[in-house]
Amino acid sequence: MMRHLISAADLTRDDAVLILDTAEEMARVADRPIKKLPTLRGRTVVNLFFEDSTRTRISFEAAEKRLSADVINFTAKGSSVSKGESLKDTAQTLEAMGVDAVVIRHGASGAPYTLANSGWIDAAVINAGDGTHQHPTQALLDAFTMRRRLVGRDEGLGQDLAGRRITLVGDVLHSRVARSNVDLLHTLGAEVTLVAPPTLLPVGMDNWPCEVSYDLDRVLAKSDAVMMLRVQRERMNAAFFPTEREYARRYGLDGERMAKMPEHAIVMHPGPMVRGMEITAEVADSDRCTAIEQVANGVSIRMAVLYLLLGGNEPAVTHARTEESK
Amino acid sequence: MDTKNPDVARPVLEAPDIARVLTRIAHEIVERAKGADDVVLLGIPTRGVFLAQRLAAKLADITGRTIPVGSLDITMYRDDLRMHPPRALARTEIPADGIDGTLVVLVDDVLFSGRTIRAALDALNDIGRPRAVQLAVLVDRGHRELPIRADYVGKNLPTSLRETVKVQLAEEDGRDTVLLGDRPTAPVGEQ
Repeated sequence: MMRHLISAADLTRDDAVLILDTAEEMARVADRPIKKLPTLRGRTVVNLFFEDSTRTRISFEAAEKRLSADVINFTAKGSSVSKGESLKDTAQTLEAMGVDAVVIRHGASGAPYTLANSGWIDAAVINAGDGTHQHPTQALLDAFTMRRRLVGRDEGLGQDLAGRRITLVGDVLHSRVARSNVDLLHTLGAEVTLVAPPTLLPVGMDNWPCEVSYDLDRVLAKSDAVMMLRVQRERMNAAFFPTEREYARRYGLDGERMAKMPEHAIVMHPGPMVRGMEITAEVADSDRCTAIEQVANGVSIRMAVLYLLLGGNEPAVTHARTEESK
Repeated sequence: MDTKNPDVARPVLEAPDIARVLTRIAHEIVERAKGADDVVLLGIPTRGVFLAQRLAAKLADITGRTIPVGSLDITMYRDDLRMHPPRALARTEIPADGIDGTLVVLVDDVLFSGRTIRAALDALNDIGRPRAVQLAVLVDRGHRELPIRADYVGKNLPTSLRETVKVQLAEEDGRDTVLLGDRPTAPVGEQ
C-alpha cells in the first residue's frame, strides 16, 4: 500500500489517471467564492524545504490550505539544520509534534525515499523535488496541462496520453523534471523524445523509455507538446556548452522555430524561465506557452495528491514499486 | 448497493411508477414554490443528478420556463471520510447564475441515514446562500440518524436494516427500477 509519493515511476497508469481526474474536480474549487474544502481539517502538513524554492512551496501551501490542513513551513536556512541537525533528528522532531504528512524538498537525491523508508516517522512523505532525481508533482501537473490542452477538460476524464508525442528540450542532466516526466509520460502512453547537447544528457540512459535526438528542428515538426527545460546554471560546475549564444541558437525556442510546430502543439516550461536562453520572450508570452497555466494546475494537482494520500483512512493510490513491502 | 445475489432483490418501483412519481413531485414543487420562479435543482451524484435532470424537464413542461439544474458532489464533506479510502470525486456543477437567494431543491435517490444530506448542506454553505433549501428523494427508506426529513418523497419504503435499496436509472444502469433486497451483513451507512 502506497502511503508516499516519492517517484513518478511508482505510479501505475490507473493511479496517475485517478490523480489527474481528481485534480480536474479540484480545479473547479478555484472558481468558487469560497476556495476551501474541509477535507483535511485537523491534519498537519509540514513543508520541509532544505533547498530554495518559491513556486513549489507556495503551490503546496495553497493546496494544503484549500483543503483546510494545518500548515507548518520549515526552511533549512536559519533553522536547526544550519546548526548541524541531521535529517533523522529533524524527522523525529516533526514526528514528536504529530505531523500527518511531510512535503520534502532536498538537494540530495534519495532524501525523501530515505525519510519514507527509514522508520523515523509515520507521516506520509511527498517528494517536492530531490537533487537531480525526481519531482513527481511537477510531472503530474505537466501531464495534467497536456491532457487539458491536447485531449480536453471533460473529454480527458479517464483518459491517458496514449500516442501523444512529447519533446523535452535542454538540460536533462540536471533535471529532475525531465526524469519524472519521462517516467510518468511513458506510463501514460506518450512517446517521449529528449533533445539536448550530448554534454547535458546523463550517462546510462539506455534503459530510459524514450528517444534521444540532437536535432531540435527535425523533432519539432512532429511534436504535440514541447517542454523547454531551464538551463540550471547553479548546478553546473563545468563548461557544458561553449557559449550561451550557441546554446540558445541550437536548443533555444524562438518564434521562428515555434512556427515549425504543428498548429495544435503547445510550449511548456516548468519555470523559472530564463528568457533569451532556452526560450525567447516572444515564445514565452505567446498563447501557445502554458507556463502560467502550469502554475495554476500545480495547485490542483497537489490538492489531488494530498486528498488521495491523506483524505481517507488509507491512501487511494495503490502500489509503490520502489517502496519496500512491510 | 448491489446485493450478493441479485435474484433475491425484488422490484418495488418499475419504470412507469418512477415516471409518475417524478411527475407528482414536479407538481408538488410548483405548488409549494408558487410557480417555481426561483427554483434551482441540485442533484447529488450519481443518480440524484439524473433525477434532478428529469425533474427539471418536467418542471419546464409545467411552467414553460427553463429550470436551472446542476450537481453537488458531497464526497469531501462526508463525515465518514476518515473511515474509508478516499473516493473518486464526482462533478459539482452549479448553474451559472449561482444559488444566492434561490430556492434550492436537493435531489437524491435514497434517503437513509440523512448523513449525505447533512454533507450536502455543508457543501451548499461554501457555494452560496439560498433563500431556502428543500429535499426531494425518490425513496425514503427510514432509519434516520440525523434530524433531517424530505420535503418531497417519491415512495416511503419501510425497510429493515438487513435490507438493501437499490435505485437503477436508465442513464446509468440501462433501466428504471427500485430494487429491495437482502444483505447478509449489517449496513454501515447510506450507499
